[in-house]
Amino acid sequence: CKKNLTPEGQLTTASVYKDFNNYKPVLAKLYTAFALSGQQGPAGNPDVAGIDEGFSNYLRELFNMQELTTDEAQIVWNDGTVHNLHDMTWNSQNEFIRAMYDRIFYEIALDNEFIRQTTDAQLSKNGITGNNLVLAKQYRAEARFLRALAYYHAIDLYGSVPFVTENDEVGVFFPKQKSRAELFAYVESELKAIDGDLGNPRFEYGRADKAAAWTLLAKLYLNAQVYTGTGHYTEAVTYASKVIAAGYTLEPNFKNLFLADNNTSNEIIFPIESDGTHTQGYGGMTYLIHASVGGKMDPAAFGINGGWAGLRTTPQYVSLFSDVTGNTDKRALFFTDGQNLDINDEYTFTDGYAIQKFRNVTSAGVKGSDATGNFPDTDFPMFRLADVYLIYAEAVLRGGAGGDPATALSYVNKVRTRAYAGSTAGNITQGELTLPFMLNERGRELLFEMQRRTDLIRFGKFTGDSYLWQWKGGVKGGTSVSSNLNIMPIPSTDIINNPTLVQNPGYK
Amino acid sequence: LPGTSVTIDGTTLGATTDGNGDYAITGLKPGNYSVTAKFLGYIAFTKTITVGNSVTTADFTLKPQNTSLNEVVVVGYGTQRKKDLTGSVVSISAKDFNQGPITTPEALISGKVSGVQITSNSGAPGAGSTIRIRGGASISASNDPLIVIDNVPVSNSGIAGIDNALATINPNDIESFNILKDASATAIYGSRASNGVIIITTKKGKSGKFAVDFSTLNSLSKIVKEAPVLTAAEFRDVTSSAQAGLTTAQKGLVGTSNTDWQSLIYHTAFSTDNNINFSGGIKGLPYRLSIGYLDQDGILKTDNLKRTTVALNLNHDFLHQSLKIDFNVKGTYTDRKFANQGAIGAAVGFDPTQPVYSGNSNYGGYFEWLDASGNGNPSTLAPRNPLGLLNQYNSNGYTKRTLGSLTLNYTFPFLKELQANATFGGDITDGMGNTYIPPTAASNFNQTYKGSYSQYFSENYTYTNDYYLKYTKDFKSIKSHLDVQAGYSYQYFHFYTKPENTYAADKTNVTSAAAVSFPGQYYIESPFGRVNFTYDDKYLLTATIRDDRSSRFSELRRNGYFPSLALAWRLKEEPFFKAMSSLSDLKLRVGYGITGQQDIGPLFPYLAVYDPSNSSAGYQFGSAFTNTLRADAYNTLIKWEQTATSNIGFDYGFLNGRINGSIDYYYKKTKDLLFDTPVPDGTNLTNHVYANIGNLHSRGIDLNINVNAISTKDISWNIGYNVSFNRITVDNISATKDPNQSIATGGIPGGVGNTIQLLKAGYTPYQFYVYQQVYGKSGMPLEGVYVDRNGDGSSLNDKYLYKHPNPTVFMGFNSNLAYKKWNLGFTMRANLDNYVYNAVQASNGAYAGLKFQGYLNNLPNSILKTNFSQYQLYSDYYVENASFLRMDNANLSYNFGKVAGLRSLRVTANVQNVFVITNYTGLDPEVSSGIDNNIYPRPRVYSLGVNASF
Repeated sequence: CKKNLTPEGQLTTASVYKDFNNYKPVLAKLYTAFALSGQQGPAGNPDVAGIDEGFSNYLRELFNMQELTTDEAQIVWNDGTVHNLHDMTWNSQNEFIRAMYDRIFYEIALDNEFIRQTTDAQLSKNGITGNNLVLAKQYRAEARFLRALAYYHAIDLYGSVPFVTENDEVGVFFPKQKSRAELFAYVESELKAIDGDLGNPRFEYGRADKAAAWTLLAKLYLNAQVYTGTGHYTEAVTYASKVIAAGYTLEPNFKNLFLADNNTSNEIIFPIESDGTHTQGYGGMTYLIHASVGGKMDPAAFGINGGWAGLRTTPQYVSLFSDVTGNTDKRALFFTDGQNLDINDEYTFTDGYAIQKFRNVTSAGVKGSDATGNFPDTDFPMFRLADVYLIYAEAVLRGGAGGDPATALSYVNKVRTRAYAGSTAGNITQGELTLPFMLNERGRELLFEMQRRTDLIRFGKFTGDSYLWQWKGGVKGGTSVSSNLNIMPIPSTDIINNPTLVQNPGYK
Repeated sequence: LPGTSVTIDGTTLGATTDGNGDYAITGLKPGNYSVTAKFLGYIAFTKTITVGNSVTTADFTLKPQNTSLNEVVVVGYGTQRKKDLTGSVVSISAKDFNQGPITTPEALISGKVSGVQITSNSGAPGAGSTIRIRGGASISASNDPLIVIDNVPVSNSGIAGIDNALATINPNDIESFNILKDASATAIYGSRASNGVIIITTKKGKSGKFAVDFSTLNSLSKIVKEAPVLTAAEFRDVTSSAQAGLTTAQKGLVGTSNTDWQSLIYHTAFSTDNNINFSGGIKGLPYRLSIGYLDQDGILKTDNLKRTTVALNLNHDFLHQSLKIDFNVKGTYTDRKFANQGAIGAAVGFDPTQPVYSGNSNYGGYFEWLDASGNGNPSTLAPRNPLGLLNQYNSNGYTKRTLGSLTLNYTFPFLKELQANATFGGDITDGMGNTYIPPTAASNFNQTYKGSYSQYFSENYTYTNDYYLKYTKDFKSIKSHLDVQAGYSYQYFHFYTKPENTYAADKTNVTSAAAVSFPGQYYIESPFGRVNFTYDDKYLLTATIRDDRSSRFSELRRNGYFPSLALAWRLKEEPFFKAMSSLSDLKLRVGYGITGQQDIGPLFPYLAVYDPSNSSAGYQFGSAFTNTLRADAYNTLIKWEQTATSNIGFDYGFLNGRINGSIDYYYKKTKDLLFDTPVPDGTNLTNHVYANIGNLHSRGIDLNINVNAISTKDISWNIGYNVSFNRITVDNISATKDPNQSIATGGIPGGVGNTIQLLKAGYTPYQFYVYQQVYGKSGMPLEGVYVDRNGDGSSLNDKYLYKHPNPTVFMGFNSNLAYKKWNLGFTMRANLDNYVYNAVQASNGAYAGLKFQGYLNNLPNSILKTNFSQYQLYSDYYVENASFLRMDNANLSYNFGKVAGLRSLRVTANVQNVFVITNYTGLDPEVSSGIDNNIYPRPRVYSLGVNASF
């Protein structure tokens, strides 16, 4: 008998691309893979395995990699090897490091599949013509952007990783590793190549547009010294300038950037979305908001049904602010009532100041749309204008051409004036605009925005003993750690499954 | 003797004896006849009768043939005499079943069969069991044996609305279990046979007088033991001790009540199991109709199962016995009220100094911990009031199952050696139910729409058609006997789950969107054949083959051939052994076969599909939300798991069978083990895919011995003992054959995503992966101090593989002593060398449990020994030897015989779960997963029953 029985009504790969109505849902999945953990919100049909579904979310793992490893965040819970992140005692078997890696390659594989199925030849074969053809090409460019973004995270976190594109068929094979510099060149070329096909800045909220690609290029160039050994600060200035000229404006009230209606902000260049009704998951913003709430914090003020009592910050981070009340610098969003400044016990929520930055209430104080109070409407601002201002300033300070120190200062002071609620009291002088200041300013501006690890590495403060924070190295006072930790290990699962891979230095 | 066939030689006239052994043959002319009475297992007896004009009576007394050897054993697609078996097959009939309050079929044979391990999953009413025949042959794919009920292989998939699909079958309707253990017996079931096959045959009608049998069994279940936690007084001592180090705020939470939460959630439960069956013949058509009604309360309050079963069997011989028809249909309706089992863990962990009720009307009046912020809402992270969890939860499941088969067997009149057989079977199950949590319940209180209401409906059905031809012939001239059989089987499976939203208690506001699901379906079609050849009554050969085609695999990999070959040598027939008069039987069996496994988790791992999201996993573009389509991972090359089994065994009997038994050694090797395995990142459409990458092997010995120790007119004493040794080793679980590949498994509480077990090449599956505890001078574990096994100066990377949950030896022992009308029996089981991770203690056993803001957790009393301040989840201290000896059942009955107009009356008294001897410190050492996480306690059950026949 040759009869094939399939689940009744389910689409097969052979049929899905014949109908243009399916293209947008497939594209939407490529975006959703950053925001959610699977096809059933909030959980139940996961994208990746080997880890709890709620943990497997891209954004949640990016937070764990970029924030838990630094002075900005320390977690209370006893989940698997999560404490090894802040203690900087991780190894290649750490499931969170694996989950991030798997998520990056999941995103790349999905993007590859869509790009493979929407080549000019495939589109023609499937009878996609006219305006649909134009749209399909734009979708394809967005898929290439998302793939570049995932590779950017791979470069930043893991250095040299296996390389797969749409030219590899789905199956089981051993993709070869490319060096960090080769991957850098690939991401750079991809982002430049899609410029013509992407939509104009702000053409539709939530979609990757030209400005998103420029921002990513600016970030890539700013860190080029770390990734390739060669600085590309001039290009960083160039692309930051393009973004700044693209019509974005700073959100007047800093706090509003992190609220349930932040999708209306004119500052956000590229968000990872969350929605209490339509985009539900236990990773991403659900994690970020619930885990931050505990102790005497009132969950209702955060628009949620209860806190998970997980995340606090170290006193070293707190010391970036001279006034922790938030009365002068509005970015000092600490919750101190009942909290100790010091983290004496890693497992106690009330040790360490809590952070009240992201909330599931609108700027008008209305709770988000989810009646259960689990899932926030608050989007994550992956790229926003203030970050680009600071990139511009830092690139100029590091010698990038095409910009000037006075403009750099004006951008930094725009960010600070907004932080001081319109007052120029916090503005700095040209003389105060130094590289050490930039690291601290980025810390103040971008707390919990998944930049910190990259920033500390770029400034040489992540490993070694030039900057110690509580529990760095697993001891309360903090201790020096080996510089090989600047790059994460390739997970042991992939080392085993792909014998062609070479592990990063210092890891087994 | 009921069921004996009595025939007039040389004619087609004959009859079958009724329940009292009576028979009647009419229509004979006067004269002399040679009459033969035959019954399987007895020596046929022929005598000459002279029939006159009046009724002539001819009585026969049949002598049994050599004990059990002539018993008929049900094998795949047919029957065989036990003495002709070449494979490892065990038959257990109703008279040998376990006694007492048994509500699910597999419990009837627990501990009775060597190599078969049956572990009940919990003490809940109708709870299922984990059945492992020779330890199973797989890891990721199912390890459940194939179960065939009245010729219908039933699907392993569960039914919504009841704990266990097998619980829909009334044990009282079962006539026999036949367990096929080795591949030479199971290979005829091909791709579903790697884990053994259990063939269940239900009771049949017998012609004869109308008879009514009634039985009732009424039971009281009581909890045996509570999980050992601190009492309120101990809790107060601990919370005020310096060691616990509580803050003043935390100390202020300690209450003044003395509440034993565990005793509050359990009660003494009553259950009644009543069965009535009618049998007889309507115009010579034998029938049996049985009706059963079970109403069982769980020991956990609010837990209940009601089951109504109806079973009908009709069978008849037509056309002068050349056409036999056997029709079975079983209908079941269950009404299950599920208690909230979350109360079990909550009762273990809830602060014993708090009162049950708060004194106000919030949250149904139950005391609940409130949010630390002081907003008056229940705390999100604190445990809930155990009694509140039970009483503010209403969950009902309803299932309907219809399972039936019709078997036609035709012997060709012109060629008596040839039979044609056809079976048509079907199994339809519907499960539905709903769960309601009132708006006052603390569990869903913190949301705008309070409470919860959800419902579910699912339907599974399968139908099967089997056809075979069988040719049987004696070749007397060459002292040979030949059986040849060839057939074809087709089975279709269908699964459907209705997508349903979850609502608030108001049943209108949606709080969680429905999942997307597609009705699943697949088929298996299979030609099969078997040859039995006997030479000189001494040398036996069985060869089988099955060609399975399952639509769960791609066309490239759809076919699987599953052959087997077995030889047996009846050594007893050799002159050397024939001379040994005390030896009544000795047979050597050698077999080899290949079986498969296609029950691999996802339905179609080979198929490239796009999976739609539900409405709460969409994404916003501009102002509009769009649902998404996901490309799923697939592997076109996926195929069957294959297990090759070699078996060598002896059947023996002494003293005319008064001592008998068998011993078997087996070696099983599974290749192409299906694993949901990590793929090289970036190559497939997720980080894992089902692939045939692994190998494992297992070996073991099954031994059983039955002794009829005393057999006199008044006293008979039968003893049975069986012992099984089994060892499974993983050989490879990596596509690249990398021995370092390991798969973490065995989730434990105490943190999300934490696991305690590991699969790794060279080890037994599911060994515990733990740190080696260091003990202080007092013999107590030192907190956080573990052995530095790799000598790198730190114990950070020093987890090791330690022990496993599989018993390497397990045994059963049963005894039945009859004295006149009294009968006394018991069954016992023992497992040796099985280890259990005591998750109840590990995940609660630290003073850290007293430091969560705004609430306190109770602690297991092991804290008094360990004094751990932080949880030590991975310490091997918590991996305990859980070897045990359990008396499953003891029963005493008195048979009044014919009294008060009854044909018979029997009264029984039973105790189930009489005692357990173990060193395990938790509630119950029998945990099939090896992780003890608040199991529903198995109660001790006292019951009284009456069986009456009219």
